[in-house]
Amino acid sequence: MTSTEAKMDLLLDIKGLRIEAGASAVLADGIDLVLRRGEVLGLIGESGAGKSTLGLAALVYARPGCRITAGQILLSGKDIRGLNAKGRRALRGVRVAYVAQSAASAFNPAMTLMQQVCEGPLRHGIMNRKDAEANAVALFKALDLPDPANFGSRYPHEASGGQLQRAMVAMAMSCRPDLLVLDEPTTALDVTTQIEVLAKLRELIRDYGTAALYVTHDLSVVAQIADRILVLRYGKMVETGTTTEILTTPTSSYTRALVAERQAAMSGQGVAGAPRAATVLAVEDVTIKYGTLTAVDRVGFKVGRAETVAVVGESGSGKSTLAYAAVGQIVPAGGGFLFGETPLPPSYKARTADQRRRIQLIYQLPDIALNPRQTIGDILGRPVAFFEKLPRAAVRARVAELLRLVGLPEDFVTRLPGQLSGGQKQRVCIARALAARPDLVICDEVTSALDPLVAEDILKLLKQLQDELGVSYLFITHDLGTVKRIAHRVVVMLKGRMVAEGATAAIFDTPPDDYTRRLLLSVPEMRTDWLDEALKRRDIWRAGPATALA
Amino acid sequence: MKIGGHKVPVTAYIGALIVLLALIAILFAPWVAPYPQTKIVGGVWDPPNAHDLLGTDSIGRDMLSRLIFGGRTSVTIALVATTLTMIIGIGLGFLAVATNKIVDNILSRIIDVMLAMPILIFALMVFAVLGTSIPIMIITISTLESTRVFRLARAVAMNITVLDYVQVARLRGEGVGWVIFREILPNALPPLIAEFGLRFCFTFLFIASLSFLGLGIQPPAADWGSMVHDNAQAISFGGYAPLFPAGAIALVTIGVNLIVDWLLSIHALPSGTGAEV
Repeated sequence: MTSTEAKMDLLLDIKGLRIEAGASAVLADGIDLVLRRGEVLGLIGESGAGKSTLGLAALVYARPGCRITAGQILLSGKDIRGLNAKGRRALRGVRVAYVAQSAASAFNPAMTLMQQVCEGPLRHGIMNRKDAEANAVALFKALDLPDPANFGSRYPHEASGGQLQRAMVAMAMSCRPDLLVLDEPTTALDVTTQIEVLAKLRELIRDYGTAALYVTHDLSVVAQIADRILVLRYGKMVETGTTTEILTTPTSSYTRALVAERQAAMSGQGVAGAPRAATVLAVEDVTIKYGTLTAVDRVGFKVGRAETVAVVGESGSGKSTLAYAAVGQIVPAGGGFLFGETPLPPSYKARTADQRRRIQLIYQLPDIALNPRQTIGDILGRPVAFFEKLPRAAVRARVAELLRLVGLPEDFVTRLPGQLSGGQKQRVCIARALAARPDLVICDEVTSALDPLVAEDILKLLKQLQDELGVSYLFITHDLGTVKRIAHRVVVMLKGRMVAEGATAAIFDTPPDDYTRRLLLSVPEMRTDWLDEALKRRDIWRAGPATALA
Repeated sequence: MKIGGHKVPVTAYIGALIVLLALIAILFAPWVAPYPQTKIVGGVWDPPNAHDLLGTDSIGRDMLSRLIFGGRTSVTIALVATTLTMIIGIGLGFLAVATNKIVDNILSRIIDVMLAMPILIFALMVFAVLGTSIPIMIITISTLESTRVFRLARAVAMNITVLDYVQVARLRGEGVGWVIFREILPNALPPLIAEFGLRFCFTFLFIASLSFLGLGIQPPAADWGSMVHDNAQAISFGGYAPLFPAGAIALVTIGVNLIVDWLLSIHALPSGTGAEV
């Protein structure tokens, strides 16, 4: 390739980019990035790494309060940072298009999908209505949306999450942009949906020869779609290289830790259980209804002492509902819970203080699980004082002990939750649950709001606490990697029903039913050829005996 | 200067200055005012002059002195009434959220009925039956205005009560008192403080309206609303005596409003959010 050809080939060239928020915060600094036509670059990093900010910079857009303060953004050799408002409008959607993380909140609920997908080409005067609609139908078809000719007449609420996400890709592609900025396009989707969206997205990008910036925190996902990867941390570039290089021979310690964390998540086979000890919690034929909708349908299993039982399922499977029923926040319509041998009253109001103490719940979002106006000392001291009725000095000593237990410094007692990081907040939540000296801790997606490395530390901590204190866990999660690392036993739920239950290793080795098998197949692995293999396996499986699954 | 991580806007300084000057004048009325409020010092509706800086009123009393003493009555009654309004409104609003659906429904429906009636008409009705005195006025105003506060307090508490930390306290078995005072109230304070300022303005104007109608504070004590009423005739003769008390009402209302605007703007922008928000 000659140098002029190489220049023609160069689509996006960002040099020395710096983005600031307010007076002091630097969101991105010293970013250099090159993207050729048809190439996909994965932007990887934890929350706050500046990856979304960088993705938006390709549209010369900064979120309210943020400013691009230095650097060049060249699109096909032209500096687009210098464009005025009109020039930027002509650029956005036409040459560079954006796909947001949550399609459900990005669509206008009052317009049909067709109107919204055609809006770009019509507004920019690229196509007339007839061509725009034909173009949209072709995109719907390419993205494997149901009934492509009529799909556009639906309103956003009439499409599922995965369909909406694909419709959003269609919207972004409607003007045939040179560059697509994808901001965590599959993160909000269930794994079994994610694989479909990912496959179609990759196909479309290849067919249209579109270049893409793919923003995500998930190495396994980006491995399937990106040619090169750029690792970001604290707004700075950590490492860049081809996908294979980053996955197999990462050079920086941060990237190595990220890769190792994923590998650990992939390779685990569950925790081999000792013979099952006495039952702590028995779930007996629990049925929970919201009005006429049955959220949980006759689910029953047991949690033994010092045992971890994971309840796995996709969104809407009723797993969190089950957790809330176990603590008495929701009253089941049928069945019930036994604590050891004693039946538990359905509502927490009817339970004794001791029954409430013995089952503790840790929530998904530590940000809203801690009262922002109470110090850590007050947050941890209250359950101690409430349940054990100790004098003040003894409470203080116990709080210090709890902080030590979860690996936080003792001087945190005077801090407010706002002064802590996400991982530290979750540690405080764990300490608060332990303050009650519970027999069973229910963990509701405790790691899903955390960055992978922080989540790994939290899982290790939970495991270590189980060894030290002999506490049992009921682990609600959608992430099979988590299950593999921590669970003795697994319960798989689908649409409120329990479809599989057993020792983790057994379930993972020989999935007893179709849904569990499909779920296991859909978890992305951290190698570049996984998606092709998974699709092949899926096709074989689909061609096989007819299944009852919708 | 920065408070709460945000720059204090100029308008807030202006508001604070107005409120501060008004407070100083009111608190130290006997020392600040040039004459006692009931002393007749000049002719009827004298224009402003070196002797009476803002002129005189309908029976020749010094306008400035009456304004300063009148402010005492107006502002004190408005403050007491607003405080009572907030206590009733917030108390009931939080109770509706922290207890159960039945209590919430009963309280909300009663308040809906109260909200359906115009405040001024309702107040006039009450005064017609019970007569006018300062305690009756304060209680009536607080009861009526608290229905508005109830709505806000209930909405704010509703948003907080669904958060996990409140659930944690409930599941632990904490009582209604703990949930209200330790979990909900501290987190609901910012919008409620702003509401206090806003409610003060409404109450202040409402009392002025009542006084103007002759139902508020009774003579010879001065208050700004009745001063407008007493001097209203001056307009017909080309005097501007009623403009001074009316202006004082407007000035204090604007001053408090400017501070409220600033308070609201602080809490509209959550500080310390993450880089990706």
